[in-house]
Amino acid sequence: MQTPFKRSFAAALAGLATAAAPQAQAGSNEQFFPLATYRVGAYASSGIPVWAGMIDYLRYINDVEGGINGVKLVWQECETEWTAEKGIECYERFKKGLNGAPVAIYHPNGAPAAYALSDKAAADKIPLITLGYGRTEATDGGVFPYNFPAMLTFYSEASVVINYIAQREGGFEKLKGKKIATVYHDSAYGRETQGTLDLLAKKYGFENIQIPVADPGNEQSAQWRQVRQAKPDWVFLRTWGVSTPVAIKTAARFGFPADRIIGDIWASSNEDVLPAGEAGKGYLALTPYPGGAGFDIHKRIKQHILDKGKSDLKDPKSFGSVYYNSGLINAAIAVEAIRAGQKKFGNRPLNGDEGRWGLEHLNIDDARLKEIGFGGLMQKLKLSCSDHEGGGAARVQQWDGAKWNLITDWVQADRKTLRPLIDAKAAAYAKEKGIKPRDCAKEA
Amino acid sequence: MSASIHRLPAPFDHAPIEIVGRRQPWGLLALLGVAFVLLPLLGGDYWLNAILIPFLVLSLAGLGLNLLTGYTGQTSVGSAGFMAVGAFATYGFLLRVPGLPLPLALVAGGLFAAAVGFVVGIPSSRIKGFYLMVTTLAAQFFLEWVFVKFPWFYNHASSGTISAPRLELFGQPLGSAEGRYLLTLGTVLVLTWVAVNLVRSQIGRNWMAIRDMDTAAAVIGIPVERYRRLAFAVSAFYLGIAGALWAFAYLGTASAGSFDINRSFQILFIIIIGGMGSIAGSFIGAAFISLLPIFLSHGGQLVFGGSLDAGQVQNLQKVIFGVLIIVFLIREPEGLVRLLGNLRARLAVWPLRF
Repeated sequence: MQTPFKRSFAAALAGLATAAAPQAQAGSNEQFFPLATYRVGAYASSGIPVWAGMIDYLRYINDVEGGINGVKLVWQECETEWTAEKGIECYERFKKGLNGAPVAIYHPNGAPAAYALSDKAAADKIPLITLGYGRTEATDGGVFPYNFPAMLTFYSEASVVINYIAQREGGFEKLKGKKIATVYHDSAYGRETQGTLDLLAKKYGFENIQIPVADPGNEQSAQWRQVRQAKPDWVFLRTWGVSTPVAIKTAARFGFPADRIIGDIWASSNEDVLPAGEAGKGYLALTPYPGGAGFDIHKRIKQHILDKGKSDLKDPKSFGSVYYNSGLINAAIAVEAIRAGQKKFGNRPLNGDEGRWGLEHLNIDDARLKEIGFGGLMQKLKLSCSDHEGGGAARVQQWDGAKWNLITDWVQADRKTLRPLIDAKAAAYAKEKGIKPRDCAKEA
Repeated sequence: MSASIHRLPAPFDHAPIEIVGRRQPWGLLALLGVAFVLLPLLGGDYWLNAILIPFLVLSLAGLGLNLLTGYTGQTSVGSAGFMAVGAFATYGFLLRVPGLPLPLALVAGGLFAAAVGFVVGIPSSRIKGFYLMVTTLAAQFFLEWVFVKFPWFYNHASSGTISAPRLELFGQPLGSAEGRYLLTLGTVLVLTWVAVNLVRSQIGRNWMAIRDMDTAAAVIGIPVERYRRLAFAVSAFYLGIAGALWAFAYLGTASAGSFDINRSFQILFIIIIGGMGSIAGSFIGAAFISLLPIFLSHGGQLVFGGSLDAGQVQNLQKVIFGVLIIVFLIREPEGLVRLLGNLRARLAVWPLRF
């Protein structure tokens, strides 16, 4: 009886020792990149390539470019299992930095954690990048100074889908009377587009059908039976993790054509369609980070990281997969933001507030995209105090059974139409919480 | 009592029990001193936010379930549902009743959860064992569905998420880590004190009589059905307050997804591992379930950090955690509290065992 107890006690002591270990080597010339990962649990298959992409890019910056203007990057992982409570634990563990290397930007990597950290990060002045998820109303940086739903929020995503459907149908006037069903993961993430689709349905006169899938969604006969009864023209699939391949397979079983299903950005990866097998052929998905290993950055990473055996990828087939590329882009935005911040604060590691400044003055134009090797892979991105989203475009890709083929250029969201929704939500949030919004005109 | 030793007690007035010099609870007082004074001063954000607050809230939830399962013998897998009721009700009260002080809102949320618990407990007068457990399972899914389906509960927020209103007590803001920790600790302390007294009172003894043998309890005149429903209500009251604390003092936000069936199982495991029918067991079980993975994670980072594939390390931690649970339960099916009790009994006679 005593041995296992002693062992666990020893483990506890070891943990205590690490938790309480003094932060040695203060003042080092290093920037800390905390990695809140999910390598176990239902969503691990989506996560693993993301971390590989992030780590490979950080390694590339370190080994090939000598860091960001000489500031080396260090990183450490912490497992969140895509839950809020572990996400908080990781954030609290990391927020003070690592051995004196400060945190400039934090990726919560997971919607529950992003919501839970929103207030905590604002109190600690650490900016959160939630690329393709998180609170949409955080686009209003006046109310949410430390939340950056960069590149593509869920509102914009819904608008991109409708714009793309209009393209296919031959104009917005053709949308009238069409039925567009949204099959969504019943969570904060899944419900986020409802308001937008309502608004757009009123504007263009299509019928908006909402069908929820309860988490984790590994049985969806009821939902697709509902789809079959409603006979929609298009299905917007907003599932995530295991629920995506199940949806595609179930759709095939109920005779709904895959090329009429448009997956959202969390249902648009190789890991989502591969388990669906034959049923996935023709499936459409929109993505702000298209799949493919032919972009310039991939050649560089292949040469310097992959071929030298330094990659974090366990399965080389994932190189250039959608999630791998999303990891690259996530890391690139953070790196570029730190570069932007260094222009003001000097070539040194930045703290969270300086990281926020960098993000709000981030301007990645086409020339810069080409320079860093992300041309075609990433849209141009310009953030500011009043606009924490920036881009708002996505490309549509189609699965041919073996790989994704890009079938459109960047489809831009109608962000002007959506902005009043965002402003109203942000104002309501500010009122509920008693926040006095910053005046963005004064932010230089 | 000591005066009565010198004369013969009236034959039927008192039960023939003699309380032998009550021990002073110095240990307990010292623990409270550390918890209330030292930890907030020295703890820092990481300890308070990430370790102590969730541990305390889970302990409270475990305690609530222990009253129902450990003391009354009715297994429930609907704990998280009651937590959700408490969280959403407290949020609703704070939002819709302006000027309502936080403790009252917490109590109101708890009472609301108790009412729901009472309703869910009605079938307990007819069925028991596994069948009763299935009704609590139904309650769990039903309640989760309710808080997704009706936007009124989360004030029509786009994402179905409620977020903590400003926490304050008598004009003092409680938003800081220390404030939220002290709020949680204070609540847990009061409720634990109530629970300790409750299980020693007639109610508690009736519950235990029902747990041990309901027929015999009925024969000696205990209204079994009423006490069973009461157990459901009291348990749900505790769980409701735990849910509100989980949402507002710990996460700062909550949606129905924060109170899914996995949370119910987590709480059930807390009392199974900690010890059924033991107040201290709830705390020990919560410590095991919530702290050990964190220590393992730190340990894993320390031992393997960088040298081994991160995914393998994560999976290895899960394996170790699972193995530890199995080992503990094989060694002592009555839970960690019994294990510690045995250890203490051995240490008391050590080294002169004979």
